[in-house]
Amino acid sequence: MRSGNIFLKRNEVVFVVILSALLLVVFPMALDSFRLNLVGKYLTYAFVALGLVLCWGNAGILSLGQGIFFGLGGYGMAMFLKLEASSPEHTAIQSTPGIPDFMDWNQITELPAFWLPFHSLTLTIVAILVVPAVFAWIIGVAMFKRRVGGVYFAIITQAIAAILTILIVGQQGYTGGINGITDLRTLKGWDIRTDFAKEVLYFVNVALLLGCLLLAQFVRRSKYGRILVAIRDKEDRVRFSGYDVSNFKIFIFCFASVLAAIGGAMFTLQVGFMSPSFVGIVPSIEMVIYCAVGGRLSLFGAVYGTLFVNYAKTIFSESFPELWLFAMGALFIGVVMAFPNGLAGLWQAYAQPWFDRIGQRGAPRPISPAPISPTAAPAERRT
Amino acid sequence: MTEPSSFLLSVEGLTVSFDGFKAVENLSFYVEENEIRVIIGPNGAGKTTVLDLICGRTRATGGSIRFKGKEITKLREDKIVAEGIGRKFQNPSIYEDLSVFENLEISYPRGHSVFGALAFKRDAAVRDRIDEIAETIFLADHLDQRAEFLSHGQKQWLEIGMLLIQDPQLLMLDEPVAGMSVAERAKTAELLNRIIKDRSVIVIEHDMKFVEDIAHRVTVLHQGKVLSEGSMSHVKSDPRVVEVYLGH
Repeated sequence: MRSGNIFLKRNEVVFVVILSALLLVVFPMALDSFRLNLVGKYLTYAFVALGLVLCWGNAGILSLGQGIFFGLGGYGMAMFLKLEASSPEHTAIQSTPGIPDFMDWNQITELPAFWLPFHSLTLTIVAILVVPAVFAWIIGVAMFKRRVGGVYFAIITQAIAAILTILIVGQQGYTGGINGITDLRTLKGWDIRTDFAKEVLYFVNVALLLGCLLLAQFVRRSKYGRILVAIRDKEDRVRFSGYDVSNFKIFIFCFASVLAAIGGAMFTLQVGFMSPSFVGIVPSIEMVIYCAVGGRLSLFGAVYGTLFVNYAKTIFSESFPELWLFAMGALFIGVVMAFPNGLAGLWQAYAQPWFDRIGQRGAPRPISPAPISPTAAPAERRT
Repeated sequence: MTEPSSFLLSVEGLTVSFDGFKAVENLSFYVEENEIRVIIGPNGAGKTTVLDLICGRTRATGGSIRFKGKEITKLREDKIVAEGIGRKFQNPSIYEDLSVFENLEISYPRGHSVFGALAFKRDAAVRDRIDEIAETIFLADHLDQRAEFLSHGQKQWLEIGMLLIQDPQLLMLDEPVAGMSVAERAKTAELLNRIIKDRSVIVIEHDMKFVEDIAHRVTVLHQGKVLSEGSMSHVKSDPRVVEVYLGH
C-alpha cells in the first residue's frame, strides 16, 4: 500500500483485534489465576520472538543469544525488587542488614557499586532499556563492522550467552549465582505475589506486548524494514546502492535486544525471580524455536508460536517430564523440514485463501495500487 | 587529450594481488566526462576486478583511483556511491522478495541512514521519479510485481533502473546484455543509448557488435594489463588484440 495507516494493513488490523481479544478477554475469563499467570510468563518470551522475527526473519541475522538480553532485562528488574525486599528491617538478622541475603551469605559486607542505581525505579527502567541496547551495540559493532555474519554470528552470540551464564554463576556474591535472585516481594510497596497483582501484571504485560508488536510492525513497514529484506537478499547490492549495511544490522540487533529485555523484566515481575537458567544457550535456542514454530516472517505468528510451544511444553512436561526435550527437538526439526514458515505459513497457505474467498463474496476488494499486492508478495503477506 | 585533472576518473598504477597472483598490474587509464568507455578482453583479463576496485568491493594493493580529482581508493563502498559512482553487477542483482517499485525505491537517493530510512515517506516526488524510471526501463506495467517473477532481461533492466534512480556521474555496467534474447538485446542497446547522455559510462562487454554501436573508446585488457587502447577501429587493427582476443 503506498499510503494509509503507517502501522498496519487492513487485514492486520483484524489480526490485532483477534490477538487482543484473545489475550485481554478470552484468556482472563477462561483461565484461573494460576494458568493466567502461566500465560503471562509465556508471553514474556513473545517479546523475544518478536525481536527475532525482525532480526532473523527479516534481516537474516540469526542470534542464538537472545537469552543474554532477556537476562539483562530480567536481572535489572530483579535487582530493583531485591533491594526493595532487602530493607534493613527485613534483613535485621543478617550480619550486614540492608543488603540482599545472598550477599550476606557470601561474606559481602557492602552493596557493590553497580547495584546502587537499582535503588531507583526510574534508573532501573532506564537500565533495562539502555544496558541491553549498549551491549548489543558493542556486539553489533564488533561483528557487523567487520562483516562477520551468518553462522559465525550465531556461534559468537551463543558463546556470549554461555560466557554470561558462567559469569553470573561464578560471581555468586554479586549476582545470586546459580539460584539467581529470588524471594522478590514488592514493587514500590505493592505486593506482586498476590493473585490480584498477578492479574494486573498480566494486563500490563499484554499491553506492552501489543505496543511492541505495533512498533515492530512500524519498523517492518518502513523503508528501513524493506532495506532489511533487501540486505537478506543481496547484501552487496544494498551496499553499492549507497547504504552502510552494518549500521542497519546493528540497529535491528539493538532493537531486538531491547524487546527481549522488556520481556525479561516482565518475566521477573510475574514469576517472582530471575536466574541464569533463562540466560544461557538452551533458553536462547528455545526462543528461536518459538519464533520458528510461529513463523519467522510473521510477528503475529511469533506470538502464537510462543504460546503454542510453551503450552505444549507445560502439558508434556507435566505428564512426561523426561520426554519433553525430545518432543521439542522433534517439533523443531519437523517445522524446519515440513513448514519452514511455521504456523503463519500454514495460515497463509490454507486459512487465508479461504477467508479471502468469503471476503470477496461479501464485498469485492478494490484493486489497490499496492506494490505489495496480495498475489505478488507472498513473503510480505506472511504477517 | 586534456590535462589529467580534468578527467572524471583517473586510474593510475593500479595493482591488486590475490595471494601473489596479480589480477591487475600497474594499470592506468582515464575516463573523460560524458565518455563511453568499453573494456574488452579475454576471460580472466581482470575486467570485473577493475570495476570491483573502482567501486571499493576489492581493495587495491597499490596505485590510485581518483574521481573528480578526489582520491577514492580507500573510501568505504557507500561513500564511493555517494561520490557518484554506480555499479551494475554481472548477474542481475536485485531484491527478489520485494516488488519492482520497492526495488527502485531503495535506490532512491534519500533516507540512506538508519533513521532516515525509518522516517522515509513515499511522497509524490518519489513516486513520480519511480514511475519515470520504470517507463524508461520498460517496466511501468510491472511495478507491483515481485521482482522474483521477472524474466532475466527484465531483471537486468531493473538493476539498470536502480542505478539510474541514483543518477550517478559514472555508471559501470558489467556485461549488460549477457544472456539476453535478440529482442531484449536490441531494446537494451536502445536503453543504454538513452541513459548514457550526461554521464560517463564504463561497460564490460563481449558482444562486439554492441561494443561497436556504443563505444567512444575501447580499452583492451589482457592478463591484468592494458594491451591496447583507442577507438574501436584502432583497437581492431592492432595485431596484438587480434591475436589474444578478436582472433578467436
